[in-house]
Amino acid sequence: MPKITEYESIVGPNTLEELKLLAGKLQGKLIQNINSTAVGGGVAEILNRMVPLLQELGVDARWDFIKGGEDFFNVTKKFHNALHGKQEEITPQMFETFMETSLRNIDEVKTYGDVVFIHDPQPVVLIKKKASIPDSKWIWRCHIDVSTPHKQVWNFLTPFVHQYDAAVFSAPNFSQPLPIRQFLIPPSIDPLSDKNRELPQETVDAVLEKYHIPKDKPIITQISRFDYLKDPIGVIEAYRLVKKRIDCQLIIAGGTAADDPESTRVFAETKEAAGNDVDIHILPIPSGSDIEINALQRASTVIVQKSLREGFGLTITEALWKAKPVVASGTGGIPLQIRHKYSGLLCHSVAGAAFSIKQLLNSTEYAKKLGENGREHIKQNFLLTRHLKDYMLLFLCMYHPEDIVYL
Amino acid sequence: MGPLARAKEPFRFCTQTHIPELTGLKANNLQELLDHIKTVPGSVIYHHTHHFLQQHQYLSPEPPNDFAYWITGILGEEVLGEALFSIDTIQYTTIRELRNEIIRTIDNYVEKHPKSLQKFATTGEDFHFVKSVSFVFQTPYIVSDLKEFQAALQRVTLESIYFHMFEARLRIGIGTNDFSNWLEHSLSENKLANKIASLDPYTHTMENLRFALVKLIEKRIVELSLEEFPVRVTLQNH
Repeated sequence: MPKITEYESIVGPNTLEELKLLAGKLQGKLIQNINSTAVGGGVAEILNRMVPLLQELGVDARWDFIKGGEDFFNVTKKFHNALHGKQEEITPQMFETFMETSLRNIDEVKTYGDVVFIHDPQPVVLIKKKASIPDSKWIWRCHIDVSTPHKQVWNFLTPFVHQYDAAVFSAPNFSQPLPIRQFLIPPSIDPLSDKNRELPQETVDAVLEKYHIPKDKPIITQISRFDYLKDPIGVIEAYRLVKKRIDCQLIIAGGTAADDPESTRVFAETKEAAGNDVDIHILPIPSGSDIEINALQRASTVIVQKSLREGFGLTITEALWKAKPVVASGTGGIPLQIRHKYSGLLCHSVAGAAFSIKQLLNSTEYAKKLGENGREHIKQNFLLTRHLKDYMLLFLCMYHPEDIVYL
Repeated sequence: MGPLARAKEPFRFCTQTHIPELTGLKANNLQELLDHIKTVPGSVIYHHTHHFLQQHQYLSPEPPNDFAYWITGILGEEVLGEALFSIDTIQYTTIRELRNEIIRTIDNYVEKHPKSLQKFATTGEDFHFVKSVSFVFQTPYIVSDLKEFQAALQRVTLESIYFHMFEARLRIGIGTNDFSNWLEHSLSENKLANKIASLDPYTHTMENLRFALVKLIEKRIVELSLEEFPVRVTLQNH
C-alpha cells in the first residue's frame, strides 16, 4: 500500500504539511473506528486506507469490528436497502434480531477511544456505551444515501443517532433534521490505487484486445454494476441517437453478482437491448479487476453515467480524475462533482445525454477542456488526502464548537 | 537601491482550511430560500457566497454565489440569478450587509414577479444550507519589508492568499483585507494598501489574484528605488 509521502508528487508538499500539522493537533487523542467487517464493501475499503495513513501521520487511530451472525447481516442488508429508499418489507422480528445482536456487541466490543467513530447503521447501538468513557466524543458516519429513507427503519435508528455528538453524511441532500451537529464529508478516490493510477498504453491496449474492442472509432463508456437505477438501457438508447450522426461504439461494463437475481436480470435485458450491434460491448467485469476498469476508462472518448438515482457516483470521480469528458445525470452527489459546462455536462433524459455526447465527440477541444477542469476539480476536492484532512478536522471539531477555530 | 523600510510589526502569513457543516435546512422554492437566508447563521451565508472560490480556484472568474446558481439553474429565474451574481461583494464589509443585499435583491424581484414564487425544484434538487467551519493556522512565512512580502506571496498557498484577502476581510471583520491593513499600519504604504483594497478579488481566479498582488508590490518597489535615485544624485552634487 502506498505511503503518505507517495502522494506528495500528486497533491504537492503543502497538502502534506497541512496534514502533518492537523495530525499534530490530535496528539493524545485516540480515535477508535468501529464497523461491521474488515473486508468487502466500500466502508472497509476506506478504512483499510484511512487507518494506516492516519497512523503514519502520527494519529493514534485504531479499528475494531462488531460481530454478528447471518441473521443479523441479512437484517442489516435489508435496512441498508430500505435506507437507500428501496421498497423492503420490514418486520418487527427484524428489529428484534438487530437489537439482540447489538446488545451482545455492547457486552463484547471494547470501546476505549477519545473519539469513537461508528460507521454505518450496523454498530449504531454501541452509543449506549458512551457514558462508560468519560468525555468521549461519539460520531456516527453514515455512508448511505438516506435522502429518502424507509421511514420505519429511519425512525427506529434516530433515537440512537440523537445520542451521538455528531453525524457525518456524504452529500448535502443526505442530511436529515437532527438535533446534533452534522458534517459533510464526501467520499474520495485513491489516485495511487489500481483503479486510478496511471497505466502504460500497452496495458490499456491489452485490455481492449482482450475484450475485442477496436480502436478505430470513438468509445462511449458507462462503468456501473448492472442495476436498473444505472439505466443501462437508457444508455443504449442514447448511443443509438448518437450513432445516427457519428460512427462510434459503446461499452457498458460492470459487475454482476451471482447472488443478486436483479443484476443477472438487468444484465440479460441489457444484452437483449444491445441486439446484434457489434459496436456495443456489454462486459461483465469480475470484482477485483480494477486495472481493467482503469484501462477501459482511459481508453474511452466520453464517459457516461446516466443513473436514475446515485449515491455519490465514484465512477464519475474516477473518470474525471483521468481527465475524461463526462456526461452524467444531475442526481445524488453528481452535481458536487460536475458543474454543468465547466467540469462536464449534466443531462436529464436520453435525448439530453445523446445531445451532450454528440457535442463532446464533435468538439474535441471543448471536451478536452471539460476533462482538464474535471481532473483539477477532483484533485482539489475528492482525493484521499482531502478525505484524511476532513476526518482530522471532524475530530478537532469535537473539541471546538466555534465556527472559526484558531489552531 | 538602498534597504527598504522595515515594518513596525512583521506580517505573519496564516492559512485556513475548512469543513462544511450541514444545517439540515433546505429550500424547495424562492420563498423558502428567502426565509432561510433571513435567519441562518452568518457562516451559512459566507459558505454559499465563498466556497466556490475555494473549490474551483483554477477556473476563470465565476460568480461564487450558490443562491444565484440554484435560482438560475434549478428554478430557471435567470434575471434574478444574474442580479444575485452581480452583487458587488467587495462593497460589503460584513456578512450582515451582504446578507441584507441578497435579501433586498430577492424581495425586489419577487415583488415585481410574484409568479416566481410558484416555481418549485424537482425531487433531489432542493437547495441545502451548509455552513463553513474554518480552521486558521500560522505558516512559517514572516515578512518585514516589501521585498520579503513579495517573495512570500509567490510561495504561500492559494488558501493563505484566500484567507488574508477574503476570509479576514469579510468574516473576521477587520473591514479590509489583511495585506492592506498591514501595509497601511506597519509600513505606512497607504497608496499601495488602497490599491490592493480596491482590487475586486471576486473577479479573479486565485492564481491571477496572486499575480496581480505580486505585480502591484513589484511596481511599488521599483517606484521606491526611483524615488531614492534623484536623492542620491543631489547628494553627490553637493
